[in-house]
Amino acid sequence: MFKKFVPKDDVSGKSKVKSSVQRGIRAKILEQYPALNPYIEELIPKKDPLVLVKCHDRLNVVMVNDQLLFFNHHDGPYYPTLQLLHKYPDIMPKVQVDRGAIKFVLSGANIMCPGLTSKGARLDTDLPVDTPVAVLAEGKEHALALGELKMSTSDIKSINKGVGVELVHFINDGLWHAKIEA
Amino acid sequence: MSDSEQHADDAQPVWPPTRVLPDILYCGVCTLPIEYCEFAGTVSKCQKWLRNKDQALFAKTWPDIDLSQKLEETTIDEGMTKEQKKAEAKAAQEAKKKANQRVVIKRIERSKRKCVIEVSGLELFGVDLKKAAKLFATKFATGASVTKNPQGTDDIVVQGDVQDDIYDLVVETWEQVPEEQIELTEGKKK
Repeated sequence: MFKKFVPKDDVSGKSKVKSSVQRGIRAKILEQYPALNPYIEELIPKKDPLVLVKCHDRLNVVMVNDQLLFFNHHDGPYYPTLQLLHKYPDIMPKVQVDRGAIKFVLSGANIMCPGLTSKGARLDTDLPVDTPVAVLAEGKEHALALGELKMSTSDIKSINKGVGVELVHFINDGLWHAKIEA
Repeated sequence: MSDSEQHADDAQPVWPPTRVLPDILYCGVCTLPIEYCEFAGTVSKCQKWLRNKDQALFAKTWPDIDLSQKLEETTIDEGMTKEQKKAEAKAAQEAKKKANQRVVIKRIERSKRKCVIEVSGLELFGVDLKKAAKLFATKFATGASVTKNPQGTDDIVVQGDVQDDIYDLVVETWEQVPEEQIELTEGKKK
């Protein structure tokens, strides 16, 4: 989604949202990432204005104090930006790819099932289809991408063919480099 | 990694409190977490950067490289795969391309004693044109606007004979624009 994301061209507008909307967004994020509960006051303080950066294709990025924190697409689930995820690594379910896949993920490829089932890869938790997941890599500490499961984890294991995780955001993509000024 | 602690109970997953890692070191060259430098295509530069920054971390991230080697010798050519070499060559080419970019400050005569100055190429150095135009306007107390030129890129047009002043201001304000890459020219009315 962010492979070719240039803030200058793709941002169509940004606006401070009403405090009621801000509460709504905050509640939605907390509902999705309950582990963030102790830290939400640091991330999205009630007092600070929340800026919604609207981009092409109904993509919204939540920005507080010039920091990009979350984004969502078509009113879908909120995803944290990878910088945020690196800070709070355990807020979302994880999958791990093998070493051979890293290169391709870093150029934005969707993750194929074999990359998730081979030796070195891990699928520890059972997750249903369409779950947002963090993508870790063999031998690395930090997540390298975010994606959405296109099959449930049990299907990935049994079918082992085709796209398993659709890539949403990865390090070194447009959003990673994006700096948007309020 | 605490993956194993995650609860497999997926009906109502109980979330373990998340770890908080406040300071993650991102590479100053490729901006990735340092453990991903090897995939960034600027490996040797990243290595140099990290080495200057933090020796201990360098040893941890690149255990194969002997720390006793001198800094200049760490351009480990033998260790590089073909693909890494290719990526570095690409990066080098881009740097060369960058060296050829020019900021052109052109004086265009409007009538006998009046002229406008057209500044093009600033965007190549990551300058926000709208902000730059505003800066010119306030500094020189003239009109300055961003306009599309026939090539489809954006130029800044400043009213008034301020060519040399703009040159000085550009050099002063944007350090990333090298002085030798700024070109002063005169042009006819469009």
